[in-house]
Amino acid sequence: MKQQLEIKNLSVKVEETEILKDLNLTLPRGEVHAIMGPNGTGKSTLAKALSGHPDYEITSGEVLLDGENILEMEVDERARAGLFMAFQYPSEIPGVSIANFIRAARQARLKEGEELEATQFYKALYEKMDMLQIDRKFTSRAVNEGFSGGEKKRNEILQMAMLEPKYAIMDETDSGLDIDALRIVSDGVNKLRGPERGILLITHYQRILDYIVPDHVHVMWNGRIVKSGGKELALELEKKGYDWIKEELTEPAARA
Amino acid sequence: MATTDTPDLDIKTDIGNFVYPEKHKYDAGKGLSESTINYMCDVKEEPDWIRDFRMKALKTFRDKPMPTNWASKDLNAINFDEIRYYLAGDQKPSRSWDDVPDDVKQTFERLGIPESERKFLAGVEAQFDSEAAYSNIKEIAAKQGVIFVGSTEGLKEHPEIFRKWFGKVIPTGDNKFSALNSAVFSGGSFIYVPPGVKVSHPLQAYFRINAQNFGQFERTLIIADEGSEVTYMEGCTAPKFDTATLHSAVVELVALKGAKIQYITVQNWSDNVFNLVTKRGMAHEDAEIRWIDCNIGSRLTMKYPGVILKGRRARGEVLSIALANDGQHQDTGAKMVHAADETSSNIISKSISVGHGRATYRGLVTMPKHLKGCKNNTECDALLINTNSRTDTYPAITTRGDHNSVQHEASVSKVSAEQIFYMQQRGMTEGQAMSLAVNGFINDLAQHFPMEYSVELKRLIDLEMEGSVG
Repeated sequence: MKQQLEIKNLSVKVEETEILKDLNLTLPRGEVHAIMGPNGTGKSTLAKALSGHPDYEITSGEVLLDGENILEMEVDERARAGLFMAFQYPSEIPGVSIANFIRAARQARLKEGEELEATQFYKALYEKMDMLQIDRKFTSRAVNEGFSGGEKKRNEILQMAMLEPKYAIMDETDSGLDIDALRIVSDGVNKLRGPERGILLITHYQRILDYIVPDHVHVMWNGRIVKSGGKELALELEKKGYDWIKEELTEPAARA
Repeated sequence: MATTDTPDLDIKTDIGNFVYPEKHKYDAGKGLSESTINYMCDVKEEPDWIRDFRMKALKTFRDKPMPTNWASKDLNAINFDEIRYYLAGDQKPSRSWDDVPDDVKQTFERLGIPESERKFLAGVEAQFDSEAAYSNIKEIAAKQGVIFVGSTEGLKEHPEIFRKWFGKVIPTGDNKFSALNSAVFSGGSFIYVPPGVKVSHPLQAYFRINAQNFGQFERTLIIADEGSEVTYMEGCTAPKFDTATLHSAVVELVALKGAKIQYITVQNWSDNVFNLVTKRGMAHEDAEIRWIDCNIGSRLTMKYPGVILKGRRARGEVLSIALANDGQHQDTGAKMVHAADETSSNIISKSISVGHGRATYRGLVTMPKHLKGCKNNTECDALLINTNSRTDTYPAITTRGDHNSVQHEASVSKVSAEQIFYMQQRGMTEGQAMSLAVNGFINDLAQHFPMEYSVELKRLIDLEMEGSVG
């Protein structure tokens, strides 16, 4: 069994419009891949389709998580299989503290009849919070209620740390962050890198890749991965802009 | 009007969904007449004044129309001739847990009465059908002079206290169902707390209906004498039956000068039960009455706990949570009658409507012109899950004069698909996600509840929300 997230010929529709077209991508565990591309090219669609958002209709293709096709699974089953998405715009859950939210998520991973052990849970939670330099008071706040952009993203990273996914998709985690918040969040992601985890970093800007250095960079355009390379590809994009990719693609465009 | 027996609604908590063989030595049969009442009085060996009281109440019940001019037309579905008004086993109320028959114990076991509550079993009075199957006063409470018995025993053994207060807070003719209860009541608790006594542990009672078509008409009367304090807890689960079951209780509380009464209810009725309850307290000078009322399940619940603020500086509070699942209607609220200066009242009502479930809030706050320094705060929050659910708010606040203050806030919110998606992406099932959202919604209110009750409430909501996912 290959320990990788394998996206094969994935096509996705939203309200009758095809957004992803025959997309292929393989993310092995232990690696960080960045997906870059202009706005409206389908990056967030990829994140939501992989997670199983009901508005996104898969018209063809396969997504194999360690060899198992997850497209047949419900949203929560995919999550429990080891897929995590850090949301660009995470919802508020009024009245539910972060601690209780994460506790419910961990509890959901236990067998029926098993009860989460509270002291162990808090021990683990505080360890991760210390690691991510998050204040203890933070987890008694209601999930995302009145949070700044930076706080929302830190909350996502904390959840990721506590749920220990095999594959994490980070959807525009850098959007709306000032430079200090960006550094803090990036530090967190770097601490969560490791051989047991694959990370797919979706971003519009090269900026975050100064802090989270990717193993591979993919360029997405018009619902497809059109170019892949090493971390230097991101710098090239930064210098030349996305138009450079578009121009490169115009010649064989007839086939699209 | 929604009905309850659509097949896909067969999703109730399985927790109350079991029946043990019924053996009733005393069965008044179906229907209600003078002879039903005579039969009851004979079997229960009741004094004549109660027989007269019941007979008068029967007449009032017959004379009063159904309140369908303002309430749900679904009330017309109750067939009073098909109801059994009195059933009792042949066991006398027993005083020790060992005396409780095994199948009754088994029922409690299956109801999942938490371990923590079993510790308090010495103080539990549990109602199995219409007679208390188990009744035992906590030793300490008894040493303090606290009376905690069934209503029948109360009226026979302590007539000097019982008669003085019985039917005074809620007169027979208050409404059609209080009249019905007055005619056929059996079971329920009678509690008297002597002056200055603070009962340290909550007194608890579990009620359970275990006979088809059997209306349960318990009657509870609690008197807290001057400066005393008591908390009473009532929880109900009913097993599931195919035909409608009527539950119509009357609860009267009297808090004398400086006394405090807290009355806590968590109800989880099966979805064919009509739950039509009258609850009211009277708070004398500096006294405080607090109702905590959680309603889950039932076909139709109509319940508006109230406080008559009779003495100066009296305080009244109603904290309520209602969950209306598919096919259910929770018509609940609160009444605050300010009748003295500087009285204050607080109403916080939270309702959750799921699917075709319907939640209605009705509030009644009155402050006459001649009073000064009265305050009321009313907050109603509704949470809707799925677009079909419905919520209505009918706050009636009557304030006269310039020396009183009222405050009213209402909100309606929804659990969005994006919230559910977010929680599911964290690994929770749809049911777990909805349950978490509901628990978050009631969280600030549930924090006021005793620990074991908030735990039980959470468990009931979990079961209910799990079941509501199609």
